[in-house]
Amino acid sequence: MPRWGMVIDLDKCFACQSCTAACRMENNTPVAGQDQAEMGRAILWNEVLPFVEGEYPNIVETMIPRPCMHCDNPACIKVCPVQATFKNEEGVVLVDYDRCIGCRLCTVACPYTVRYFNWYQPEWPEALKEHLNPEPEVKPRPKGVVEKCTFCTQRLRKAREEAEAAGRVFNATDYIPACVQTCTGHARYFGDLDDPNSLVSKLAHSPRAFRLFEELGTQPKVYYLKQG
Amino acid sequence: MPITNRHEQTILAPIRRVGMGDYLLWGSLLVLMLAGLGAWIWQYIEGLGITGMNRPVYWGVYITNFVFFIGLAHSGTFISAILRVAGQSWRAPLTRAAEAITLFSLPFGAGSILIDMGHPERILNLIFYGRFQSPIMWDVTAVGLYMLSSIVFFYLSLLPDIALCRDRLTDVPNWQKRMYKVLALGWKDSPEQYHRLEKVLDGMAVFMTMLVVTVHTVVSWLFGMTVQPGWHTALIGPFFLLGAILSGTAAVVIALALLRKVYHLEEVLHNGLFNSLRKLLITFILGWLYMMIAEHLTIGYASMHEEMVVLNDKFSGTYSLVFWNMTVLVFFVPLLIFIFKGKNNVGWMVFASVLINIGMWMERYIVIIPTETSPRLFHEMGGGSYLPALPEVLITIACFAGLVFLYALFTRFFPIIPIWETAESLPGHAHNAEPAPVSSTATGD
Repeated sequence: MPRWGMVIDLDKCFACQSCTAACRMENNTPVAGQDQAEMGRAILWNEVLPFVEGEYPNIVETMIPRPCMHCDNPACIKVCPVQATFKNEEGVVLVDYDRCIGCRLCTVACPYTVRYFNWYQPEWPEALKEHLNPEPEVKPRPKGVVEKCTFCTQRLRKAREEAEAAGRVFNATDYIPACVQTCTGHARYFGDLDDPNSLVSKLAHSPRAFRLFEELGTQPKVYYLKQG
Repeated sequence: MPITNRHEQTILAPIRRVGMGDYLLWGSLLVLMLAGLGAWIWQYIEGLGITGMNRPVYWGVYITNFVFFIGLAHSGTFISAILRVAGQSWRAPLTRAAEAITLFSLPFGAGSILIDMGHPERILNLIFYGRFQSPIMWDVTAVGLYMLSSIVFFYLSLLPDIALCRDRLTDVPNWQKRMYKVLALGWKDSPEQYHRLEKVLDGMAVFMTMLVVTVHTVVSWLFGMTVQPGWHTALIGPFFLLGAILSGTAAVVIALALLRKVYHLEEVLHNGLFNSLRKLLITFILGWLYMMIAEHLTIGYASMHEEMVVLNDKFSGTYSLVFWNMTVLVFFVPLLIFIFKGKNNVGWMVFASVLINIGMWMERYIVIIPTETSPRLFHEMGGGSYLPALPEVLITIACFAGLVFLYALFTRFFPIIPIWETAESLPGHAHNAEPAPVSSTATGD
């Protein structure tokens, strides 16, 4: 059983936001519009967050692409009263949209603010509506539920089905999420953290590797490689 | 021997005189409640987007109201249960007026959670899939149990008085007579009944005392169990509890003063009662100050980065106006009033109590919102912001209107001063009964 994880090399990332865009198209996150986005209502499973340190002109800017951390000890799952959010056998944190009661305790409990709430019924401009991803896992979510990055779980299912149809054994390298596939600078790596020979596992053990807020004990499965 | 209470006619008078003023009051409160209901339906249809909530401020005034109303509910349990356990007999005339606040604010506390939910119609998922790992389940269980036992406690202590209404209020409409008859459950005023009633109430009082501590603590754990700066502190439980006692007791002062004025109950609700409450309130305000200093000094002295972001936001940032006004309203002004002006002066005491409750609502707000606007990943980028929108304002007003409505309605149909508990003589002198053994009822908590 793989334990899926991601490594993001901050030296290679140049904050082009193509991961954010690819994620939108792959996962059918709704278009909030400018007004709503300014109110903090945009739903972006992946975001690229700018961190600026120092005073102009002596500043250091770090861009941190932020998907869900898929923690091994997730703060969100502990607090869910109905087990609508859960970690599957492969370590991926998912949401059951039919069960979520919309109490938003998980959204306030997550230290990475990766969980999004559907404030309204989701909407798309006509042109985008025709190009929604038809996979059942990403069918538009109803208003009033929480959603978040799933490491493109529909891609994993499809990769497994394809391997089965072709009569070969599913390999961990058969599947990558949309953000990893699209990353312009090849800054993102994805794979099985439990396989000591996998690239992600090796990179995760690199001296440059760190995780966000490691001190909180959430044990994220998204690693970053230090800049510089 | 029947109950004899020399104030009986004074206490029963409000039930006999329901006038135009009452209909006007009930009507206007109903309008406010309907406006809130309309806002809730609008919100249910459109989604929570019509509120001011956003990311990262996922919780706004609904959760503030939840904490506030549950806090207000502390009033009754404190006066009737905790003071009963402590053997403070002066509390007798105020018990029912205080418990009614508990009973009528709890539904709006619990209701606030429902209003805040994205899918209120999925509430039964808590039963189908509920897991006790979640603080929400702790809240649901504790508040549910609290509501249930408050109703039982309230109803039991009301029984002899309903029977008295049944026997002595012969000039009320027929449906009202039937209501008393049904609700009195055939109470016969026998010494044995009084003896048992006292025993049960004593036992329940111990249970309720423990329950009330549990309830206010788990309400705070909704926040305290997360790792968020400003919330993740062990002091949050006791702090919420003390705030609840403070705002609850202040609410009792307001309710008593209004009842005394409107229903001419000066003889029963004498100044002595207010003076006792005044002493309690001075103690609670000082306790609140102690918590306040302990909490903020610990955070400020250690000055850990994320914690300081929230603390600075309260002390000198976006929320400083609310924070310092809150301190003035809860602490400085009321304490000065209670010490220098409050003695034998109900007007000043009510004024201070109103300030305390406005301040306590602000305190709940200031605990919840600044932490949310500065989650770890966001404060670097400027953080979030939040302002309540119209539906939230309407629903909040409706909740307060609902509390007053239920309270006002109740006082016109049932004696708000317990006649049997303040009686000079009771069948069987049950008041002198031995305190009941309580351990068996208490272990359930």
